[in-house]
Amino acid sequence: MTTAINGRHIPDRLTSPAARALKSWEALLLVVAIAIFILNALASPYFLDPWNLSDASFNFTEKAMIAFAMAMLIVAGEIDLSVGAIIALASTVMGLAMTAGASTPVLVLLGLGTGLLCGAFNGLLVAGFGLPSIVVTIGTMSLFRGVSYIVLGDGAFTGYPESFAWFGQGYVFWVVTVELVIFALAALVFGILLHRTSFGRMVYAIGNNATAARFSGIRVERIRFVLFLLTGLMSGIAAICLTSRLGSTRPSIAAGFELEVVTIVVLGGVSILGGSGSVPGVVLAALVMGLVTFGLGLLNVPGIVMSIVTGALLISVIALPRLWAMARRR
Amino acid sequence: MSLLKSRETILALAILALLAAIASRFPGFVAPRNLARVLTDTSPLILLALGQMAVILTKCIDLSVAANLALCGMVAALMNGAGVPLPLILLAVVLLGAALGAVNGLLVWRLGIPSIVVTLGTMTIYRGSIFLMTGGAWINAHQMSDAFKAFPRTVVLGLPVMAWIGLAGIAAMALLLTRTPLGRAFHAVGGNPHAAVYTGISVGRTQCAAFVLSGALAGLTGYLWVARYAVAYVDIAAGFELDVVAACVIGGIAIAGGAGTVAGAVMGALFLGIIKNALPVVGISPFWQMAISGSAILLAIAFNAASRRDPGRIILKQAEHRT
Repeated sequence: MTTAINGRHIPDRLTSPAARALKSWEALLLVVAIAIFILNALASPYFLDPWNLSDASFNFTEKAMIAFAMAMLIVAGEIDLSVGAIIALASTVMGLAMTAGASTPVLVLLGLGTGLLCGAFNGLLVAGFGLPSIVVTIGTMSLFRGVSYIVLGDGAFTGYPESFAWFGQGYVFWVVTVELVIFALAALVFGILLHRTSFGRMVYAIGNNATAARFSGIRVERIRFVLFLLTGLMSGIAAICLTSRLGSTRPSIAAGFELEVVTIVVLGGVSILGGSGSVPGVVLAALVMGLVTFGLGLLNVPGIVMSIVTGALLISVIALPRLWAMARRR
Repeated sequence: MSLLKSRETILALAILALLAAIASRFPGFVAPRNLARVLTDTSPLILLALGQMAVILTKCIDLSVAANLALCGMVAALMNGAGVPLPLILLAVVLLGAALGAVNGLLVWRLGIPSIVVTLGTMTIYRGSIFLMTGGAWINAHQMSDAFKAFPRTVVLGLPVMAWIGLAGIAAMALLLTRTPLGRAFHAVGGNPHAAVYTGISVGRTQCAAFVLSGALAGLTGYLWVARYAVAYVDIAAGFELDVVAACVIGGIAIAGGAGTVAGAVMGALFLGIIKNALPVVGISPFWQMAISGSAILLAIAFNAASRRDPGRIILKQAEHRT
């Protein structure tokens, strides 16, 4: 039974939560992830090895850490294209400190601090001066990585202390890597922050209608600033992990990360126009991306071809539902 | 007064000040011969900035231009290797560039996908396609015919063909934007999409046309680039899309759409081109280039925003008058 008001059908009973969960984007992603897992297992005999799978997790852990913060930023209707450049700058700062003889705790603090400062700079320009985030972060993307190039030129920092290697190469127990634990913790923290706190509700409110949010008493600018700060912080953490894993810093480190992070977020069902999306979706999208790249890697597909897959995935994930809706309307 | 306040005048003054500062130490830099060299060197950036400007006017952004350029350049080099005559190559790269632009445009128009997502995706797809075509191989100078390499460098009336193509692009774009319905439509769609619909302009189609234009210019530039530097490989012009967007932003093209002039885009490109060419002359490492263009983008948007700041909203007009 439905009632028609002005031609719009309003159902008099909502579908049950279970039915909605089954039809959700997250459920579809889960099915896709399981399907890719099975396909990979059939395609390569080396896939179902715990150590291989653990190695493969490095494909997505660093990007996914940033993706959680980026998801909140995109839900709020903003975007940060400078995340890869923040990693480069944070890594360069750590490299400078390392050559000056800094210990591991100092390196970690510097990595986090640089990330926070870069995030604060983006946030100040966007929230403080009201500039559009796309161009601001395209600008800071050049600026942050540009500073790395000024410091390093075509050189590199190598020779990080052995204790620093723990973050990117260490294991907590058996095959569970330190990065995987950071990834899980970040998922938990951002999941709670977005879905269980008033801060998260405000982020959705801003993304749906920033003006209405302002009129209902939400400090829109302050929340935008905090979101850029969080993205900077997560980029700093990713910089520590990546630098520690590679054991070296070049100015081209993490080039193109922004594309893959945005792809994970959009694949996770976050609307690029803001206002909707969930952290579980982003977690599943990270797993899907990781499984796809790992599977292609096992089949000896070169990296640049994988980037075609990433780009095609990004477009088709948004295009297919719209094509489906258009076909149904006919 | 309004002339003094216009963004173009200020930018022109900034460029003159920059040239004067360089000339005070290195007078050779402002010699006509060298300025012509700077113009030639900046022509690719000018051409792409003109296309990007049309896209930005319609509230979109095209991040795939550099990848489009690289793909068309590689196709031009491959066609040259197969012995195709130059006029056909030129026609082919322009058509291919336009087709790649149309892919962006159709995804934006027909499916309503935000342009930043579309072009982030096609950027990697186009560049990856070069690898699929060549397996990562380089095409070097000795594999290109002399006519193919010589065309952009041929000097006509004191300037190389490459500079003339840049100038022709500027003239054509100025005509298109100020004298044709399509040019008005670019401004109308970006200025107020709803009003544009009511005046009978299709927003999506206009955006698609802007992408096709941007793509065609990228295709043409692809040939010029490959012929001038006499090398084609997967990573040519990597990251060049940022310079292109930077040129537009510095030129005062509003990223929210609807406002901007050809003069602005050209001067934005020249500003970056002069800095790039002056760095080695002044003795600064070319590694400074990236940070400088980043800072220039940030300064330009801050400046643009300050000059058109919303004075704020009075919610209770009566209360305002009573006091």
